[in-house]
Amino acid sequence: MNAITLPTRRDESWRYADLNAVARVWQDLGPAQTLHVPEGSHERLRVGNLPDSGILRYDVTVEANARFDLHCLLEGRDYGRIEIAVKLGDGAHFELGGAILAKDNQVLEIVTDVEHVEPNGSSNQTVRSVLAGTSTGSFLGKIGVARHAQKTDAAQSVKSMLLHRGATANAVPQLEIFADDVKCAHGATVGELDAQALFYMATRGLPPEVARRLMLQAFIADAFVSIDDDGTREAMEAKAQVALGELS
Amino acid sequence: MLKINNLHASIGGTEILKGLSLKINAGEIHAIMGPNGAGKSTLGYVLGGRPGYEVTEGSATFEGKDLLAMDPHARAAAGLFLGFQYPVEIAGVSNVQFLREAVNAQRGVRGEAPLSGGEFLKAAREKAALLKMDMEMMKRAVNVGFSGGEKKRNEMVQMGLIDPKLAILDETDSGLDIDALRTVGDGINAIMRKADKAVLLITHYQRLLEIVVPDFVHVLADGRIVKTGGPELAVQLETDGYEAIAEAA
Repeated sequence: MNAITLPTRRDESWRYADLNAVARVWQDLGPAQTLHVPEGSHERLRVGNLPDSGILRYDVTVEANARFDLHCLLEGRDYGRIEIAVKLGDGAHFELGGAILAKDNQVLEIVTDVEHVEPNGSSNQTVRSVLAGTSTGSFLGKIGVARHAQKTDAAQSVKSMLLHRGATANAVPQLEIFADDVKCAHGATVGELDAQALFYMATRGLPPEVARRLMLQAFIADAFVSIDDDGTREAMEAKAQVALGELS
Repeated sequence: MLKINNLHASIGGTEILKGLSLKINAGEIHAIMGPNGAGKSTLGYVLGGRPGYEVTEGSATFEGKDLLAMDPHARAAAGLFLGFQYPVEIAGVSNVQFLREAVNAQRGVRGEAPLSGGEFLKAAREKAALLKMDMEMMKRAVNVGFSGGEKKRNEMVQMGLIDPKLAILDETDSGLDIDALRTVGDGINAIMRKADKAVLLITHYQRLLEIVVPDFVHVLADGRIVKTGGPELAVQLETDGYEAIAEAA
């Protein structure tokens, strides 16, 4: 049973959540899973399916010079959420590649809280969302850099593609930087499929649905490009491709 | 092959083409020249079916079929190719993947079997060599990071692979250095100068027409064709300028 109080709209990291869906599962939701990545090692977590509750929570400690990769695909759920808090040691790296593919009234979100607590750490977060119907896709990404965590290199790239007028994309970067010799880059875009490119592809004989598929596949592929195993990457891409096919 | 009759077209309510008529037979190469704003690119886009270009009057048929009633991709499958003045970049989609999908989509419409990966690559290598394009560039994302000249050569590689009946080439010569112009011109001749094919070259300059010698040269001014002649008309335009010719007409 969950001891923590049910979140409300006032909790920043839950402000775009489907709180009714959260309320239904909250009682039985376990605490965040704790993961520990030992010094110098490389751990990988790939999430292609969400549990019945729709919510996955991780609390990860990455020791010095270790690396943790999370690649996830959120799709096919009325409400889905991946929430991850990461603490990075000296020279440690966190890599996130997330794809959100939502349709109808689905609400899917990725929430990260990356704490650079020691120097020389790096983090790279790439999130790509394709949103159809009246769905909502959100990314809330907090990056904290502690006072002595010099030489931190943190990056966030969040891009959303709206397929229909009623879809909503939320991108909330939140940077709290207390060190003075760091690099923190973040960028967020929300757009639609490039009409010029669609026409160009049509003049080469590609029907609109094929042109759209090619462009969306390429768009989503950014989220999985950092998967270091070809087979796993192809499997994630294939799963995303099926989900994309069900969007429009 | 292509019959355009009294074509009027507007963009956002502004009329650009004002009664253009043109007939192109198989085996012919036509050039359309004219000053900026005459409607040359608009003609290409209207024939290609670009959204936002509204035909208000007149007709265009391609091998007897109403071209204007067809979707852009159906026009391509019927054998129409539009070479872009500014080829579009498509991030993340490789040239090879893009063209293979395009070629096979067109073959599908015509009831032909799709090309296998090997068959396609063989053809791609051949056309890339014809246009002096590195095969490595064929594996890169469509036009992304290509120079102006590379984009234009890539258009011609695409044309070679797609093998259209009619190519409308919008300022394919702009942005090319002398060597690249020769390569592209030779490419057009090799791919399109055939008895069952035709070309409509849209250009500002005569230099491409020295390599791809047209059978007919048309002067487009203010949305309609004001003068038609042979290759010598292009030479005359180069010396006298558009204004003199348009006024005399």
